[in-house]
Order: sequence, then C-alpha cells, then structure tokens
Amino acid sequence: MTSLIPSSSVEHGTTAGLEEGHGDFRLFGLGLFLVADGMTFAGFFAAYLTFRAVNPLPVGGSYELELLLPTINTILLVVSSFTFHRAARQLRLGDGARCRQWLLLTVALGAAFLASQMFEYFSLPFGLTSNLYASTFYLLTGFHGLHVFLGVMLILIVWWQARAGGSINSQSHFGLEAAELYWHFVDGIWVVLFGIVYLL
Amino acid sequence: MDSTISPHPISHQPESWWRYLSFSVDHKVIGLQYLVTGFFFYLVGGVLAGMIRTELATPISDFLSHEAYNEVLTMHGTVMIFLWIVPVVNGAFGNYLVPFYVGARDMAFPRLNAVAFWMIPPAGLLLIGSYFIGGASQSGWTAYPPLSLTTPATGQLVWIFSVLLLGGSSILGGINFIATILKLRRPGLKLMQLPMYCWAMLGTSILVVLSTPVLAGTLIMLAFDIVAHTGFFSPALGGNAVVYQHLFWFYSHPAVYIMVLPAFGLVSEILPVHARKPLFGYTTMVYSILAIVFLGLIVWAHHMFTSGTPPWMRLFFTIATSFIAVPTGIKFFNWLATLWGGKIAINSAMLFACAFIVNFVLGGITGVALAQVPFDIHVHDTYFVVAHFHYIVYGGTVFVIFSSVYHWYPKFTGRMLNEPLGTLHFLLTFIGFNLCFGPQHWLGINGMPRRVSEYDPQFTLMNQLSSVGALLMAISTLPFLFNVFYSAFRGEVSGDNPWRALTPEWLTSSPPPVENWEGPAPHVEHPYGYGMVDPA
Repeated sequence: MTSLIPSSSVEHGTTAGLEEGHGDFRLFGLGLFLVADGMTFAGFFAAYLTFRAVNPLPVGGSYELELLLPTINTILLVVSSFTFHRAARQLRLGDGARCRQWLLLTVALGAAFLASQMFEYFSLPFGLTSNLYASTFYLLTGFHGLHVFLGVMLILIVWWQARAGGSINSQSHFGLEAAELYWHFVDGIWVVLFGIVYLL
Repeated sequence: MDSTISPHPISHQPESWWRYLSFSVDHKVIGLQYLVTGFFFYLVGGVLAGMIRTELATPISDFLSHEAYNEVLTMHGTVMIFLWIVPVVNGAFGNYLVPFYVGARDMAFPRLNAVAFWMIPPAGLLLIGSYFIGGASQSGWTAYPPLSLTTPATGQLVWIFSVLLLGGSSILGGINFIATILKLRRPGLKLMQLPMYCWAMLGTSILVVLSTPVLAGTLIMLAFDIVAHTGFFSPALGGNAVVYQHLFWFYSHPAVYIMVLPAFGLVSEILPVHARKPLFGYTTMVYSILAIVFLGLIVWAHHMFTSGTPPWMRLFFTIATSFIAVPTGIKFFNWLATLWGGKIAINSAMLFACAFIVNFVLGGITGVALAQVPFDIHVHDTYFVVAHFHYIVYGGTVFVIFSSVYHWYPKFTGRMLNEPLGTLHFLLTFIGFNLCFGPQHWLGINGMPRRVSEYDPQFTLMNQLSSVGALLMAISTLPFLFNVFYSAFRGEVSGDNPWRALTPEWLTSSPPPVENWEGPAPHVEHPYGYGMVDPA
C-alpha cells in the first residue's frame, strides 16, 4: 500500500499547529446570505419593472406617489447607517456606554422609519389587491419593512448584549458587526427601492 | 496494508447508530443523513413513477382518476428533484467529501449544516402529508399559474411551503460550501490543487445562492395570489403569468446544473481512480465548470419559446444555450481522454460511471436540439422533453449517485459492496432506463403530449415498452437495497483504501474518525497523481 502513494504528493506532520483553529469567517457567511437575500429583492424588482413595462396601468391608476414622506424615510435610514457606524466605532474605542447610546439612536431612527411607513400605508388611496401595481408596491415595501423590523430587533438584542458585563465588548463584537452589516444592507436596498418605486 | 497512510489505525468510535437520528454536527454523519433520507424519497418518488407508467400502459384512463394522475405526476417531480437529487448529490456527497478535500475537520458552519439537513424531513413529510389533507398539488413541479391558481388551494399552498423550506435548506447548504471551499482550506492548499468535486460544488453553490432566492420570492408571490387574491400572475386580475415563468426558470434552469454539476464532479473523482490515470485536462475542467455556471444563469427563457417570447429573445437564448455545449463537450472529451489508455477496472462503480457518459451525451445532444426554436416549438410539452430531461437527471445524475455509492461505500462502512449483485443492479438499471426513456423520444416527436393520462392508441406499443422499462428499474432497486443492508454486516472488509486512491478522504481510516484524521490533515498536491510520481 505504501508504494502506491507518490511520496511527494502526501506529506504528513509538516503543518502541525497550523490547522488548529482558523479565522473567523462568520461575516463572510453573513455576506453570502445577504447576497442571497439581495437576489430575492432582485427578483421582486425584476417583476415590478416587467409588470410596469408590459402590463397596462389600470384605469384611473397612477405611478405617481406622494414623495415627501418617503424622502424623509430615506434620510432617516441613511442617517441610521451613520449612527450605527458611530456605535461600532465607540465600542472599538472601548466606550461601551457611548456605543449603547448610538445604538439606541439607531433603533429610534429605524422605528421612526417603520412608523412613518405605516402612516404612508394608511394614507395611500389603494390597498393590497386594488391592482397589479398596488400589489407589487406593497410586496416590495412590505418585504423591505419586514427587514427593517428584524433589523430593529437585532439592534435591540445587540444593545442588550453590549451592556456592562454583557457578551459584546471591545474585544468580542461579532454580533454588533453582523447587525451592522445587515443594517447597511437593508439601507442600501431601500435606496434602490426608493429610486425604482418612487422616483422612476 | 496502511502503514504510511494511517500509521496508527484508529479504533472506531463506539458511538451508537443513534447519532444518525440526532442533531449531529459531524459532516460525515450529516452527509449520510442526507444520503439515507434522500434514498427514502427516491423510493417514494419511484412508487409514484410506477403509478404513472402503470396508468400509461394503456391508452385510456383506467388506473387513476385524472385528478389523482395530476397529483401523482406533481409529487413525482417535486419529490425526485427537491428531496432526492438535490439533497443527495449536493448535501450527501458534498458534506461527506468537501471537508476532506479541503483538508478540514468539519464544514465551515457545522451547526448551520445540521439545521439545513433537519429542514428536509419536515418538508418531505409535509409534502407527502398534503395527500391526506384535501389532496396534493396538481399543477406539476413547475406550478405554472394560472393552473396553480385554479387547482385546489390547500395542496398548492402546502407544496409552496414545502419547497420554500427545501430551498432555504439548499441556500444554507450553499453558503456553507462556499465558505468551506474558499475559507477553510488547509494552509498551503491552492485552489487549483483541489479535487474536481470541490470546484463542482463551488460552482453549484454559487448557482444556489444566486438563483434559489428568486424561486423563493416567486413562490411567495404565488402564495399571495392564492391566499390574498392579489393578481401578480393572474391575467384575469390584470396580472402577468409569463413573469412567473421568467422568474421560475431563472431558478429552475440553473437547478438543472445544481443537479448535474456535482455529478460531473463526482464522476471526475471516480474515473481516475478506476482507470489509474490522472484526470485529463484539469484546468479546462475547472474553467468549463465556471463557464457552465455563468452560461447557466442566462439561458432560462429557452423553456419559454412557446410563451410568446419576442424574436430577439428567442435568438439570444438559442445562441446562449447552444454555447453550453462547448464547456460540456470539453468535459465529455476530458472524461474519455481520462479513460483512454488507462488500466481500467471493470467494477460496479466504473460501470455506472461509464454508463453516465453514454446517457449524458445522449441527453446533451437532445438538449442542444431543444435549444433550436423551430424544433423546440414542434416538440414543446411532448414526451421528447420528458425523455431529454430524464436522460440528464436519471441517466446522468442518478447513475453517478449509484456509481458514487459503490465507490464510497467502503469509506462509509469499512466494507465492500457485493460485486455480482452490483453488476446485476447495473444491468437492470441500464437496460430498464434506456427501455423506459428511449422510446419516449419517438413518442414526443410523433406528438404525444406529456402530463396527460390518455393518449392516441397508435402510441400504445412504445408506451408499453416504456412501462416494461420502468418495471425493470423498479426491480433493479431490489438487489441494490439487499446489497446495501447485507454488505453493511457481512460484506468483505475493505481496509482503509481498497481502491488505492490518492484523494484525501482515503488517506485515513475507513470509516474515518470523528475529526477525520488522527494527526494533521495530509497535504495532497496531486489528488490525481496516478503514475505521475515514481512510487516510493
């Protein structure tokens, strides 16, 4: 048996210690998940754009939407990305208390976004089943709103874990980084959504 | 026998077989969990196929009601694709082999891996259970609206939920494979030194991560149409059914590659071992896989040439689809060149692997034919498509799965499968398969539509031949099942490396210890170095 293994192709024992433990690639995994999540949005966007290009607008319908509230919403989310970034920086600097303040501000911005979007839903002249365009509008904004809601929950969990003596601190902060990556992703999707659904 | 490979043979861990029913995070346990679960659903899907062929043995509808026939064909397709082929060729062999191939002790995310597996049994039971709660889905595995909106809603919703679970499992698995292959490689192991199956799994996982979420989104929209009466895909409500087809095939064409690329990888592992030659054209194999991944994402509308697609779209998708023949042809000729002049061992693994090459090239040729718009319009929705598809997924992938079981069974159990029974299994499968699906080419060209339980009496003879072939395929599972159970207890003890293979999974004991290697992982620079280096 020995003779069948080319000696140069197999080396034993030359790397002892190298393989014990490996880098942390949980963020890499999360990034792949967000690629997949982004493809779900891409499918919805493709459907929306195709519907708009191919299917006639129902009588009395309009692609025009009130822009004031969504614009404020866009600003809220973009600002919340920066506040989250500040929170992460404060944690790395070792100031857990300041970090938690910035996290709470981020939660407040996210919650304001959700409240504002609920207000928009109730003031719109169409419902989920009014027509194809209305259905797709609620599908896209609702799916994104679900992401924002989950993000707010995640930040609250991270906020709790970052308390003095919690599992997140300046040395160990994967949870915070993961929530931050996710939050930037949700923010980025909104900017695309705003461009396609509201401005186009 | 194994003095250098495993200087200190490891006494096998005395864990009970219960760990196979537990939330184990060992990639080898999870791999076998996928394999056994998948095979159970293969038998379920096989019984359903048997019911289809029984019904089609006569031109009139005399065995199943029309609704029952629709349910059976829907369940057959869904079970075979989502619960047998995809989990086994990706989940089972991928989980078992990829950590060995990258020189790791487990997958990158072991717990996520277990979660992904344990999403499958509930999804499968749910799917089968839909028979008993008001009838299963009747709209085929494609669930095209408006048909899927008018058939009974309960079965369709259970189907959607089940496929969402299976798709989620598949995505989590894909993320795990990409992270394992790109990030968990043993230090010093270069990408171009990886066994070909790793490349196949990398390509497959990229397709999974990019395309499966689109299917999930589409099915969520379909569920909204059924539950909330939105009209996304319902022309009666101002919606657009063709958009469903685009989104569905954006996943489901890559899904064909999700089912067949791993089989390409597995057969690329098996042929060099039993031909005692290096894999021919390693680099071209790698680039062919990457080319297939890219092209596989931009050919979906060739399923829709009769859906009112505009001429420019037909032209683009015909050309793009025809191009896939180039990388696929490269792989085909590389396999032939690997065999050429080799010291070929004729055993069950090799018989199934070589039959794969034959079957697959037939399915590939009909695939190129189907890419041509005039021909496609002639045979669209006929048995020609059924024949083409089964030559790819059964003649291609399932043959490779059987080949792989014969090849890696000694690795899983430390015992060999019985060769005469294996040969019998092969002969029954090969003859049965070709008898079952060969005549369907003729039926399709002559105009027999698929998914209909009645047909013109002129098609009777060919349908009966096909049904006899299906019977042979059903019988062929008996020697296989007996072999697998018998050999687990009474099979010849294989030793650690019965095939004298060079890939890393064989450079440890069989079955391997919990963390794969007693010492450090071996550094394998030439996984196919047969005859390249003078024996020490």
